[in-house]
Amino acid sequence: MSQPLLDIRNATKVYQVGGGIGSKKKEVVALQNFNLTIADRPATITTIAGESGSGKTTLANLVLGFTHLSSGQIVFQGKDIGEMTHKEIMDYRQNVQAVFQDPFGVYNPFYRVEHVFDLVIKNFKLHKNDSEARDRIEAGLNAVGLRGEDILRKYPHQLSGGQRQRIMMARAYLIKPKLIVADEPVSMVDASLRAAILDVMLKLRDEENISFLYITHDLSTAYQVGDQIYILYQGSIAERGPTTSVIDKPHHPYVQLLVDSVPQPDPDDKWDKDIELPDEEVMRAADAKGCRFYPRCPKGWEHCLTAAPPLYKVAENHHEASCYLYEPKAVSR
Amino acid sequence: MSSQANETTQKDWSKAKSVLKVRDLRIHYDTPKGAVIAVAGISFNLYEGETLGLVGESGCGKSTTAYGILQLIQPPGHIVGGEIQLDDRNLMGLSEREFRRLRWTKLALIPQGAMNSLNPTMKVHQQIADVITTHEGRQPKEKMRKRILELFKTVGLPARIYDMYPHELSGGMKQRVCIAMGIALNPSVVIADESTSALDVVVQRVVAQTLLKVKEMLGVAMIMIGHDMGLMAQMVDRIAVMYAGKIVEIASVQSLFKEPMHPYSQVLIESIPSLKEKKPLKITEGITHDPRNPPPGCIFQLRCPFVMEKCKTQEPPLRELKPRQEVACHLYEVSETGEVKNVAASA
Repeated sequence: MSQPLLDIRNATKVYQVGGGIGSKKKEVVALQNFNLTIADRPATITTIAGESGSGKTTLANLVLGFTHLSSGQIVFQGKDIGEMTHKEIMDYRQNVQAVFQDPFGVYNPFYRVEHVFDLVIKNFKLHKNDSEARDRIEAGLNAVGLRGEDILRKYPHQLSGGQRQRIMMARAYLIKPKLIVADEPVSMVDASLRAAILDVMLKLRDEENISFLYITHDLSTAYQVGDQIYILYQGSIAERGPTTSVIDKPHHPYVQLLVDSVPQPDPDDKWDKDIELPDEEVMRAADAKGCRFYPRCPKGWEHCLTAAPPLYKVAENHHEASCYLYEPKAVSR
Repeated sequence: MSSQANETTQKDWSKAKSVLKVRDLRIHYDTPKGAVIAVAGISFNLYEGETLGLVGESGCGKSTTAYGILQLIQPPGHIVGGEIQLDDRNLMGLSEREFRRLRWTKLALIPQGAMNSLNPTMKVHQQIADVITTHEGRQPKEKMRKRILELFKTVGLPARIYDMYPHELSGGMKQRVCIAMGIALNPSVVIADESTSALDVVVQRVVAQTLLKVKEMLGVAMIMIGHDMGLMAQMVDRIAVMYAGKIVEIASVQSLFKEPMHPYSQVLIESIPSLKEKKPLKITEGITHDPRNPPPGCIFQLRCPFVMEKCKTQEPPLRELKPRQEVACHLYEVSETGEVKNVAASA
């Protein structure tokens, strides 16, 4: 096998919080011993899912280089991004592009839409002459299902959220990256318009060989477009594997609860039982040594507190869950 | 829970008493280039004890409708016409002073708690006490404390947050504080505006279940505004689909999900991503016309796959095509025997 496109090894990120006068600094582990591999080819959509505070945005920021690892490595095409030279970093930024959650905040309201594209072309020196630049922009807009001239002359406020988000995809596409980090790209767009953006992702994957790191809390869109899925719980992987396999048959108790809680669009299939959340303090005070889901887990036993559970194989195709229930040598309870 | 929920949804709402009647409500937002028609004459009934869902894409006027009912529309928006009746009392003629007395006691709003709906400088118990004292006057401290703790219990909040500030609470807790405030004075109608969006899936389920439980307990009627169709399927009894300021279909949640009749409702139902089957993505555009200048005839004509000549000139009225399923579309004809025929299918 050729070298992977992106290889994250034992990534750990610890934030220091507090430390004002009279208070002690506290450490918050946002990501713990995280491993992820995205193959070079074929291009895939890898979903990172989890609730707020699970570390999914921290992961995006790490991959995009906005923040640095406390320990571990992020290796892109064989090079550790922590040890890149200036030129390599510029290359990396061209190869790894981002699409963010808020399609309103990323535009400067004073400029027309074309400004977004002009800047990209200038900064990455993509064009030989003006007409070639035009053609590239046109091709980029066509790839996301928009038509050129009239949209380029508009101001951001004249576009809908869905259109703005597609323009961001077109911008990322223009640079011909290998990987697009999409952090909640559809969560602020109307449900009925999400399909158009997800469709662009599929098209870029299949036709242009661009891989995606799709970060979301919405399992249903991940189910529709994702290839691999990683479900995080408080900074660690709870379960990972092929998306359909994980969502059709979740193994980790947290993932089971998560999948079960997604409201089904069927009035005859209602939530069958009331669930209770344990007190916030209990949840946060989870013993860092053992399984972090222990305080909420209906199946937990003392064994769970000895050490964080590693990933155990639960099904074919690298479907793994980090739960002692799946420890191979049958542990008697 | 499921069988119980089915019973309530199967109830015959036409026999139930309506608590809130909205007739031909019109709300405009004035802009220098003409008025944006946010709500273009909508009518519906809210029956005793039911939950009515109000759905549609952003900009369709669902929140404006809710704020219109509460008369909380801020300029440049204003109510142009229509009638709102609460327990047979017309609300439109009331002065602001009279209306203030009704808010919270009769008509309560549960806003999106994650947003800035709580005052960051006031402790949780002070905010709830504030609502109560404004309407019922000052009360002994101990009595008030008991009452607030009772409310906490109803919505599943721990007593220890009594003395906390909003920033110390999680999103789900803040939302439940908002629910507690909404029901503090036993209103007869509660309007929940996207009350469970912006929460994590598991927390959302807990809050949604709290809301259902509270509703059941107090027997209030509820209008739920949202765009998550999955959540609607779980929570509401009837559902009204809005498009560009109009209700295009209003039906029981079962009929709407199984047999949506209006082409827009069909698009809406088809575009729900499922967790059960992988299906091809259904791509749709947003509202396409200028809201200042809607086309004559049907409001949905520019996006409708079945558009006919008639749609471009005549506005389809909301008609009851099946029992308790009202649809505003020219596509259906009712014969003298009461049979409903799809014009496009037979042509």
